[in-house]
Amino acid sequence: MIVIVDYDAGNLASVQRACAEVGLSAEISDDAKRIRSAERIVFPGVGAAGAAMRSLQKSGIDAALVDAYRAGTPILGICLGLQICLAHSEENDTKTLGIVAGTVRRFALADATLKVPHMGWNAVRVVRPHPVFEGIEDGDEFYFVHAYRPVPEARQDVLAESVYEGPFCSALARGSLVATQFHPEKSGRVGLRLLERFGRWDGRGADA
Amino acid sequence: MLSKRVIACLDVRDGHLAKSVKFVDTRNIGDPVAKAREYYLDGLDELVFYDITASSERRKIILDVVAAVAEQVFIPLSVGGGVASVDDATDLRLAGAEKINVNSAAVRRPALIAECADAIGSQNIVLAMDIRRSPAADLPSGYEIVVDGGRTPTGKDALAWALEGERLGAGELVVNAIDADGTRAGYELTLTRMLSEAVRIPVIASGGAGEPAHLYDVLTKGKADAALVASMVHFGDYTVSGLKRYLHQRGVKVRMSW
Repeated sequence: MIVIVDYDAGNLASVQRACAEVGLSAEISDDAKRIRSAERIVFPGVGAAGAAMRSLQKSGIDAALVDAYRAGTPILGICLGLQICLAHSEENDTKTLGIVAGTVRRFALADATLKVPHMGWNAVRVVRPHPVFEGIEDGDEFYFVHAYRPVPEARQDVLAESVYEGPFCSALARGSLVATQFHPEKSGRVGLRLLERFGRWDGRGADA
Repeated sequence: MLSKRVIACLDVRDGHLAKSVKFVDTRNIGDPVAKAREYYLDGLDELVFYDITASSERRKIILDVVAAVAEQVFIPLSVGGGVASVDDATDLRLAGAEKINVNSAAVRRPALIAECADAIGSQNIVLAMDIRRSPAADLPSGYEIVVDGGRTPTGKDALAWALEGERLGAGELVVNAIDADGTRAGYELTLTRMLSEAVRIPVIASGGAGEPAHLYDVLTKGKADAALVASMVHFGDYTVSGLKRYLHQRGVKVRMSW
């Protein structure tokens, strides 16, 4: 059973529906205890980092996620969920979970023809093998909606890159955490297949 | 870099798919859920539903359609038609819509855009604008906003309204050219380009698509980020994948694997 983390940060039902489409049963929960003992966790989220962190702290889900990660529970972070796994976000100058060393920065968008936020379909280039990203080919596109981008400190934590104003990290992985800046649940069949592989992954054998 | 999007628009009336010509004379052309699934499997990038019979007593019908589609279609789903409050937007979001389109109600009460942006995020609020060439010479852009499905002129300048919408927090614009709607004679390139160059949010061109070259033109000369199609695909003259292949072959970056 997958537990989808509920912390008032977006449309969780879309993740649950996508899981159902590939035969994965998932429950939505805001209970820190339930999350800590989950077999697998999907940590989604849209919205602002500051409010999201406050909500996670209030419910104790922040500590539950870190504990689950340390215990080797497979975790899939999505969008804001990915960003919160890093140590700091420029958005509302927020201290975040720090599961992966690094920060979250706003796109500079000096080029006035670039639209804000980065919204739409963009290609993802996988830079190292990972069980959850198996079968994704160069040029496969995923759906993005974000104005901030993750900047992991260690190169080996970067799993995939995309290009907007320049190359940026569009997926990262460390230990039993794999996280995407894009939305697999809104990315058609390539996204569904990614979810399906996450549903089978034991959380091991994925570090560079 | 971002791909240009091909978006299919389904006008839904009483739970059925309808297609209008110049916003009148709607014809019933099938089951929106089945069509949505068909287009999704054929590589559609985004889906838009307009509830053209939106009114309070019929509200539940569109919510049911959205919920049924959201279970089968895993691309962004955008819904509009009669959205007049944060509650309307929230109900549609809970049913499974990603993006909410506001139109006439936002013209009457612009604060609606800011309220919805606060409640569900700017990126999820689409300002849909029905626009016609203005017969009056006193509008700076030469284009006027009309409301109520194209029936009521407002005297509001289209360019000024686009900029105000962006400032109030709209995350995207739909530029629907009433003069071109249903004609299959091509998008309004001048209008689309003018608005796309004026704002920093994505612009979806709507109204007038009749052949693949029209999409090419509006995504290049018209500077649109996305092209909305309806009749072209609804009546089986073209397929979504065929349109995308055409664009790809002409050098437009579109998503080609799904």
